[in-house]
Amino acid sequence: MIELEQVAYGYGTGTLLSDVTMSLAQGSFHFLTGPSGAGKTTLMKLCYGELVAEQGSVALFGQNVREMQRDDVAEVRRRIGVVHQDCQFLDHLSLAENIMLPLTVSGRALHDPSELQELLAWVGLQQQANAKPPELSGGERQRAALARAVIMSPDVILADEPTGNVDWDMSVRLLQLLVELNRMGKTVMIATHDMNLIRSAKSQVQARVLRISNHQVTAAGANL
Amino acid sequence: MTLLSNILRFLSGDAQADRVVPPTGFTARLTVFASAAMAFLAVFALAFSLATGRLADRWGDALAKSATIRISAPADQMDAQLLAVTEILATTPGVKEARPLGEDEQRALLEPWFGPDLPLDRLPIPRLVEVIEDDEGFDAAGLRARLAGEAPGAILDDHARWREPLVKAATRLRSLGLVAIVLITALAGVVITLAASAALSANEQVIRVLRLIGARDSYIAHAFVRRYTLRALAGAAVGTVMGALALFLLPSAGAEGGFLTGLGLQGWQWLWPLVIPLFAALVAFLATRQAALTTLQEKR
Ligand SMILES: Nc1ncnc2c1ncn2[C@@H]1O[C@H](COP(=O)(O)OP(=O)(O)OP(=O)(O)O)[C@@H](O)[C@H]1O
Ligand SMILES: [Mg+2]
Repeated sequence: MIELEQVAYGYGTGTLLSDVTMSLAQGSFHFLTGPSGAGKTTLMKLCYGELVAEQGSVALFGQNVREMQRDDVAEVRRRIGVVHQDCQFLDHLSLAENIMLPLTVSGRALHDPSELQELLAWVGLQQQANAKPPELSGGERQRAALARAVIMSPDVILADEPTGNVDWDMSVRLLQLLVELNRMGKTVMIATHDMNLIRSAKSQVQARVLRISNHQVTAAGANL
Repeated sequence: MTLLSNILRFLSGDAQADRVVPPTGFTARLTVFASAAMAFLAVFALAFSLATGRLADRWGDALAKSATIRISAPADQMDAQLLAVTEILATTPGVKEARPLGEDEQRALLEPWFGPDLPLDRLPIPRLVEVIEDDEGFDAAGLRARLAGEAPGAILDDHARWREPLVKAATRLRSLGLVAIVLITALAGVVITLAASAALSANEQVIRVLRLIGARDSYIAHAFVRRYTLRALAGAAVGTVMGALALFLLPSAGAEGGFLTGLGLQGWQWLWPLVIPLFAALVAFLATRQAALTTLQEKR
């Protein structure tokens, strides 16, 4: 689904990632860890084409990002649901409209309108459906971001710190949603610092852990 | 057919698609006002062009028509001089046709002044010869010199000639009116481009989010373009109506009412201002689309 070959990237202030080779196979479940500032968010951005690798190549669904037209990028992003670390909502629309936005911009609609209610219920946001994003707490926004990321039923879900601002029970609940989607065949990658979350996932799903250190991505051992 | 349905689809739009871009109060009012003001000015530039065009045509027609030769001579020499004049005219280059007016025609000309009982045959009335020029025109000074030599009682009256510079001026004025229309159009394009660019940069974050969740450039551009096109259309419609109303209310003087009062539109010309709002919408459409696509190119 997503393949990186000897990718290097830096923000002009030196190398952040170098010689990164990894692949997210269909139906796989990955965690991405590493110290703050290691480049987890940057790696995610490379994986949905917001950033373009300086060296090496990134292929999304078999297409090289560097060769994609702008409309191809849009098309690919419809197949990758992203929970952004900073959420990225449209503040003038209600939460429900924001969650539905990926469908709106691609000219689609839910098969069944009750799906939205179910999704809102799962992430615990039925009460807030009509609130504007700035009126919500950080955790509520994060839950909404996850709801938006999965609404299109995308092939790949990339979640950047989806549980950073929520309590443990809600973390487990959000993780369970991602695990369920993975069981349905979706490819999932979660960036997180939370080792407890990774441990609790291990009992439910065959998850692999990737760690960024020294500009490299390595597979972490089983002994977390 | 597809073009029409495209336009209709564009105008009817997608309410949801419109909502993805937040309302832009200030630039919105600016665009409407600027379009209205420029449409108002455009109506006058248009009327000015059409009026000067009419003037040029009218005066140009009069010019093309004719000159007159008036022969005043004692009764016994009259026929001889008339013959001489006709012969001179027959050999003058640039004269298309020369025709002595008959007695009835002269009577008709004089009747309004002297009444129907004028004893023409007993009065020393000059004879008139109507001269019609061809496209080249004749050399008036040369013709006068020959007339003075061979028919001393003949006087060339090319009264229409003094109008020539006026016709030139009127034609020039018409071009100036057209230049004004072009400038107003360009200005409308500039103002709308600036307003749209301002709105686009104010909504940078919105555009970023839309791109991130898979919106195509055309979708994002469309939301802006439709909005600005409709605003320009509405503003220009109001401005055009006001301009046309102002023209309509100009005090009218008769056909000879001089230049200023002739500024109004006549008959089917009142249809011309209808073009202005459509044209404004077209300008807005092109300007905003260009601005939107250029802005979007810079983002990923
Ligand atoms: N747009 C940018 N321009 C310049 N430097 C940047 C930019 N974005 C990130 N960086 C830098 O790149 C490094 C990695 O950032 P990144 O957001 O990928 O880290 P992260 O691993 O996601 O950290 P965290 O766990 O805190 O979210 C940081 O040092 C950061 O300062
Ligand atoms: Mg991060």
